[in-house]
Amino acid sequence: MASLAIETENLGRIYKIRGNKKEKQIRKELVALQEVNLQIEQGELFGLLGPNGAGKTTLIKILVTLLAPTTGQARVAGFDVVDQPQLVRPRINMVSGGESSGYGLLTVRENLWMFAQFYGLSSKEANRRIEELLTMVGIADRMHTKSSDLSTGLRQKMNIVRGFLTDPEVLFLDEPTLGLDVGASRDVRRFILEWLDVPPLPGREGREPALSGAKGEGRRTLLLTTHYMVEADELCDRVAIINEGRVLACDTPSALKQRLQRDALFEIETSPLNGLSAEALVSLPEVRKATLSERDGGATLNLVLVEEAALAGVINVLSQKNVRILKLSKREPTLEDVFVDLVGRSMEEMEKVGASEQ
Amino acid sequence: MAESSFATRNLQPTTRNSESWRSFRIATWLGWQIESNWADPFLFAVYSIIKPLSGAAILVVMYGIIAQGNFSNPLFPYIYLGNAFYIYAGAMMTGVSWAVIDDREHYKTLKYMYIAPIRIPVYLLGRGVARFITGSFSVIITVLAGVLFLHLPLDVMTANWPLFFLALFIGVVMLAMMGLLIGSISLLLVHHVGFLGDAVASALYIFSGAIFPLDVLPAWLRPIGFIMPITYWLELVRRSLIGNVAQAFPTLAGFSNMELLGILLGLSLLFGVISILTFRFCDRRAREKGLIDRTTNY
Repeated sequence: MASLAIETENLGRIYKIRGNKKEKQIRKELVALQEVNLQIEQGELFGLLGPNGAGKTTLIKILVTLLAPTTGQARVAGFDVVDQPQLVRPRINMVSGGESSGYGLLTVRENLWMFAQFYGLSSKEANRRIEELLTMVGIADRMHTKSSDLSTGLRQKMNIVRGFLTDPEVLFLDEPTLGLDVGASRDVRRFILEWLDVPPLPGREGREPALSGAKGEGRRTLLLTTHYMVEADELCDRVAIINEGRVLACDTPSALKQRLQRDALFEIETSPLNGLSAEALVSLPEVRKATLSERDGGATLNLVLVEEAALAGVINVLSQKNVRILKLSKREPTLEDVFVDLVGRSMEEMEKVGASEQ
Repeated sequence: MAESSFATRNLQPTTRNSESWRSFRIATWLGWQIESNWADPFLFAVYSIIKPLSGAAILVVMYGIIAQGNFSNPLFPYIYLGNAFYIYAGAMMTGVSWAVIDDREHYKTLKYMYIAPIRIPVYLLGRGVARFITGSFSVIITVLAGVLFLHLPLDVMTANWPLFFLALFIGVVMLAMMGLLIGSISLLLVHHVGFLGDAVASALYIFSGAIFPLDVLPAWLRPIGFIMPITYWLELVRRSLIGNVAQAFPTLAGFSNMELLGILLGLSLLFGVISILTFRFCDRRAREKGLIDRTTNY
């Protein structure tokens, strides 16, 4: 029988949203998750990829026992998250990106030591791990700094260490690089991969790993949510693409990209589009998908064509609109293309739509 | 859903006792770090002295005016001690319930506490210990000031210390459980409800016999005081410290010390059970409604 670290069955979550003071009687329902079925084996680095508001954080909140699902079931490390939260919690940890949580009045070491104590680590072992992990993320010199004196990025690194410190069997990282600069994000990604390669630390006081004895004995499992394609592509063994609460596809990054292997993908940098819309391009023969991203003084078009020959039609339309082509390149499919293929819009466009609807 | 191979293993993550003890121990440490951090030790000490003395001074001045300076009336020690020990009510109720607000809104750590293998009610009680310690400073200073400057008839040689410490222990645990009750309700309130502990403590001030015997209240309001364990606790504290003077008031004069202890213990147990059940209910509802990590960004 498969040794599943995470398993969900028809998982759904509906939020009931109250209106403001004027609209007290109006209760809206927001479907955050619907019929999510996932099976994540132990030892996997699994990615949830989707735009903001897709339901990624809601799914993590359910899996870490913070939120009750409206429908369906979920098991983590073999235990039901609703009925057995006390058995799930010793085996998991979570880090949420883009927030400044932590006790600012405590030093970095004190913050981490305190959480280690809650998980039953001895002080000696906690201090050893704190030093080791802080060194790995490059902030060992800030160990005795009050966390309120840390920059957002350094505080985020401290929180990442907090998540890894207890050596959980299943770790949930919710947008771990959100708000970090390029260098810090790279450090974090490298750290995640290193951690997965290191053998599990000896079991903490009184705790037996629930996942031992199965296929991936003692191996760590990591569920990562992100809306950065590169992050998912670079890190994850498998990726589930999620949008509007539904899992649209779930496979390895290469298998997902394979879906588009028969198509021809082009990126065209142009002068301003003069009112040209993506819909106009998609209406052309053999143009499967088109996304536009406008910037100061120009735009970028990403095209998915059934045949390369369809490019001629696109160029013709651009010429008619007096749009100059500055650069044209054929490229390999990315997860962004897979998302566009599945949803019909880029993730950036979906986030803009979501923001305007709110 | 497919049953995974390890789901039925009989796991003993850690014992409930060890989990509870480490929740309490570390929460106490954290609570003290927070409580004592806001100022340097000197300012902290000054605040700890001035605040209770100011509160007592207001009461003494009011009493002096109403009683025309008659501090030898037995009503004075009754009021003074009731007021002094009621400091614990505000400290414990606010200390425990405030931890929910503080962790959720300010430090944004409540969700991390929740997913840790700790017992949240015990953690919240531990967070209240720091307020008990600072509250104790205030109570001691207030009582000392009363003895030294206002002729409070407290004789350390005749006071019934075993009764005092027993009543104090039961009372503090009872107040902490009332704090847990308020903290549980705070879990469900998506507003900045930091005032809730203070508000409840202030409301009960009138009904607990802290500053006047319950007989002063209209008859229809008295039952509120009679079902509050604080009423019996304050009576026991007064009796243990100043003996017969406290028993001069009619409300609970018919009860022996043992009877009062029994009532206090029974009501404390009742409130304890109510608090735990309320926490379980609020905890479940908060998870259903997604409120554990909801912040209002006040």
